[in-house]
Amino acid sequence: MPAPTRTLERPPSARDPGTPAIGGRGPDGTGGDALAGTPATTPARIAVWLLVGAITVLFAAFTSTYLVRRGEADWRVGPLPPVLWVTTGVLLGSSVALEGARRHARRGEMAGLRTWLTVTTLLGLAFLAGQLLAWRQLVAAGVYLSSYPHSSFFYLLTGAHGLHLAGGIGALLYAVRRAPAAATAAAALDVADPVAAYWHFLTGLWIYLFVILFAL
Amino acid sequence: MAVMHEAAHEEHKLGFLQRYVFSQDHKIIGIQYMMTSLFMAAVGGVLAMLIRMELGWPGARWGLAKWLFPGGFTGDGTLKPDFYLAVVTMHGSIMIFFVLTTALSGGFGNFLIPLTIGARDMAFPFMNMLSYWLYPPAIVVLLASFFVAGGAPNAGWTAYPPLSALYNPATGTGLAAPGSGLGQSLWLVSLAILIVSFLFGSLNYITTVLQLRTRGMSMGRMPLVTWAQFTTAILMLLSFPVLFAAVVMLLFDRHLGTSFFVPSGLVVGGQLVTHQGGNPLLWQHLFWFLGHPEVYVLILPPMGIVSEILAVHGRKPIFGYKAMVASICAIAFLSFLVWGHHMFTSGMNPLVGTAFMVTTLAIAIPSAVKTFNWVATLWRARIHFTPAMLFAIGFVSLFVTGGLTGIFLGSPAVDVYFQDTFFVVAHFHFVMASAALFGLFGGLYHWFPKMFGRMMDERLGKLHFWLTFVGIYATFFPMHFLGMAGEPRRYYSPQMYDFLRGLSGLNMFVSLAAFGLGLAQLIFAYNFIRSLFRGPKAEGNPWHANTLEWQADSPPPHGNWGATLPTVHRWPYDYSVPGATEDYIPQTVPVTAAVVAGGALHHPVQGGAPDEPPTTDLNSA
Repeated sequence: MPAPTRTLERPPSARDPGTPAIGGRGPDGTGGDALAGTPATTPARIAVWLLVGAITVLFAAFTSTYLVRRGEADWRVGPLPPVLWVTTGVLLGSSVALEGARRHARRGEMAGLRTWLTVTTLLGLAFLAGQLLAWRQLVAAGVYLSSYPHSSFFYLLTGAHGLHLAGGIGALLYAVRRAPAAATAAAALDVADPVAAYWHFLTGLWIYLFVILFAL
Repeated sequence: MAVMHEAAHEEHKLGFLQRYVFSQDHKIIGIQYMMTSLFMAAVGGVLAMLIRMELGWPGARWGLAKWLFPGGFTGDGTLKPDFYLAVVTMHGSIMIFFVLTTALSGGFGNFLIPLTIGARDMAFPFMNMLSYWLYPPAIVVLLASFFVAGGAPNAGWTAYPPLSALYNPATGTGLAAPGSGLGQSLWLVSLAILIVSFLFGSLNYITTVLQLRTRGMSMGRMPLVTWAQFTTAILMLLSFPVLFAAVVMLLFDRHLGTSFFVPSGLVVGGQLVTHQGGNPLLWQHLFWFLGHPEVYVLILPPMGIVSEILAVHGRKPIFGYKAMVASICAIAFLSFLVWGHHMFTSGMNPLVGTAFMVTTLAIAIPSAVKTFNWVATLWRARIHFTPAMLFAIGFVSLFVTGGLTGIFLGSPAVDVYFQDTFFVVAHFHFVMASAALFGLFGGLYHWFPKMFGRMMDERLGKLHFWLTFVGIYATFFPMHFLGMAGEPRRYYSPQMYDFLRGLSGLNMFVSLAAFGLGLAQLIFAYNFIRSLFRGPKAEGNPWHANTLEWQADSPPPHGNWGATLPTVHRWPYDYSVPGATEDYIPQTVPVTAAVVAGGALHHPVQGGAPDEPPTTDLNSA
C-alpha cells in the first residue's frame, strides 16, 4: 500500500468532505456494490433505453419530414386498409400478454412466464403478417410506394417499424429460451424487462405512426 | 495474480484470428480502428493533394498523376472536371466520417474508456467487435464508387438533392453530374453501414461508462478525456439516426421512385424529371441536424485529449475541472440547436436565421471557457515540450484561430457574403479539421507507449510538429483572403472568372504549402512505423501520469488489470501537490487528512479497501 498523501481535489461540499472509495460499480465481484449499497442494474437495462433513444430519433427524423410534407397544398391521404385496425389490436394485445409474462416472472412462476412470452411472440408474428396483408391489399388497390407522397411515407414508416419489430421478435425468442431458465425471479426479470421495454416502445411507436398517418 | 495467469493462458488459447483480427478485446479493437483510420487518412490526404494540384495550376498537365489515376485524367494529363468534384466529395466524406470520427471516437474511445475507468473491457465486447467489422466493408463500398460507371459521387460530402438524387437508370450515371449514378448509391450505402457501426460503438461506450466504473471512480473523478468520449457517444447516438433516415429516403428516391426530396417540374438537361412533390430543403434540415453535432463529435474527443496532455506534460492540475465538464456538456447540448446556420442562404425566414445565430454564438461561451481554462492550465506550468504537448498547444492555437472566424460566419448578414467561399473552407479546416487532427496526433504521441509498449522518437516528433504547424497556417490562413476576394469553393477552375484571376499567385502558394504539409506527414508515418518495431521499450508510466491506464502494464494485458480491479481514491489531476515527494500522485493512492486546496477541511485517512491488494509504492515505480 503506497503511503497516503494529500490531494488537490475539491471536496464535493463543506458538509460532505469525505472522499471514500465509492461511485464506481466494478464488475467481477470486486466492485463497490457492497460498499456503495446501490442497487445493481444490468448493462442490458441501460442499453435498451439507449437503443430506444436512437430509434426515437430515427423516427423523429422520418415523421418530421412527413409532417412538413403534409402541410403542402397537393397533399392527399390514401385509403386506410381495414386490416390495420386488427393489427393494432393484436399489437396492443401482445403488450398486455407481455405484462402478463412479467407478472408471472415477478412471482417466480417460470411456466407461466414461458407461456405468456410465447403468446407475445405469436401475437407479434400475427401483427407482422397483418402488416404484410395491408401492403398486399394496397398493392391490389393500385397504391404503390411511388404512387403519391402519402403512400411513399406509408410504406416507408410501416416498413421501418416492421423491421424493428422483427428485431423485437428475435429478442422475444431469446427471452423465451433464457428467461424461464433463470434461477431466480430477479434473473428472469433481468432478461424479460429489457425486452419488454423495447416491445412496449414499439407498440407505442405504432400507435403514434397509425395516428399521424391516418387520423390527424 | 492468478487471474493474470489465467488471462495469459486464455491469450495463448486464442488463435491468431481471435486475438488480432476478430478480437473482442477493446484495446485491439481500438488499435484496429486507429490503424484503419490512419490508412484512410493517407487516402484522404492524397485526394487533398489532387485538389490543390488543380486549384494551384488549373488545367495543367500531370504526367505522373495521370498514370496513378487513369480514369481521372484526360489523355494529355489534365484533371477531368467531374473527377475533380468526385475528389472534393470523397476528400470531405473520408476525412470527416472515415478518419476523424473513426480514429478519435473508435480508436481512442475504445482504447481509453475501459482503461481510464478501471474496467476490464467494454460492456458488450461482441457488439464492439461487430462495430469495428462494419467499418472495413463501409470503406470497400465507399472506395468501390471510384470504379463504377460515372465514378465517385460529385455532389459534395453534404450530398444535396436534387443533384445527388437524379440518375439515369439506363446508363447508370447521374442526370446532372456523372457521379450521381451508382457511385452516389454506393456512397449512401457505405454511410448507412458506417452509421450502424457508430451506433454499436456509442451504445457500448455509454453503457460502459455508466456501468463498469471501478470502485471509487465516481463520474466526478473521471478524466476529461473520458468525459469527452462519453458525451461524444451520446451525441452520436442521438444524431446519426437522423442521417440514417435521410440516407434511406434518398436511396428510396433514387431507386424506388419515391419523391421525398425531388421537387415537381424539375428540368435537367432539357428533360422533365418524372419525380414530383418532394422538397430538397428537407434533406438539408436532416443532414445538418446530424452534420452540426458531427463537428462536435470530431472536436470533443480532441478537447478531452488536449486537457489530459496539458495537465500531464505541464505537471499541473487542469484548471477548472468542473467547468471543463460543464462546458463539454453545454457544447454537446447546444450543438443540437444550431444546424440552421448552415442554411442561412436557403431562403430561410430571417427571424429563424436570427434564432440560429443566437444559439450559434452561444456556443462561443462554453468554447471560451475551455480555451481560457487551457491557457490558465499552462500559466506557470512546468511545461515539458514533448511532441504530445506541442500538438496540444498547437490545438489551442488552431481552435482559437478557427473559432474566431466562426463568430463572423455565425452572423447571417456576413454569411450571405461568405457562404460557399474559401473563407468557410479556411474556417472549418482550422476549427474542426486541423484542430481535430492535432488532437489525434497529440493523443497518438501521448498514448503510443501504452498502445504498443514502445516509445516514439521525440526529435522526429518535434520536427513533425513544427512542419505541420507552419504548414497548416501557410495552407489555410491565406484561404481567408481567397474567400474574402470571392473565390467560391468546389469550383473546378475558379480562375475562369476575370475577377479571380489575380488570385492565382496566392492559390499557387497555398498549393505549395499544402504539398509541404502533406510531405511532413511522411515523417510521422516513418516515425510511427519504425517505433512500432524498433522504438525503445516503454515503461508502464513514462509520462508520470495519474490516470488509471498508466498504472497498468504497457501494453496492458488481456483483462487490463491483475487479479483485482484498481481502487480509485482521488481525482486524476493531483500534479505538483505541495509537500508531496513526487510531482504526481496516481488515482490509486489513498488520501491523507490534510489541508485541501480552497479550505482547511480535515477528514480521516482513507485507507485501502479491505480486499485491495498491496501494491508497490507507485512513486518509486
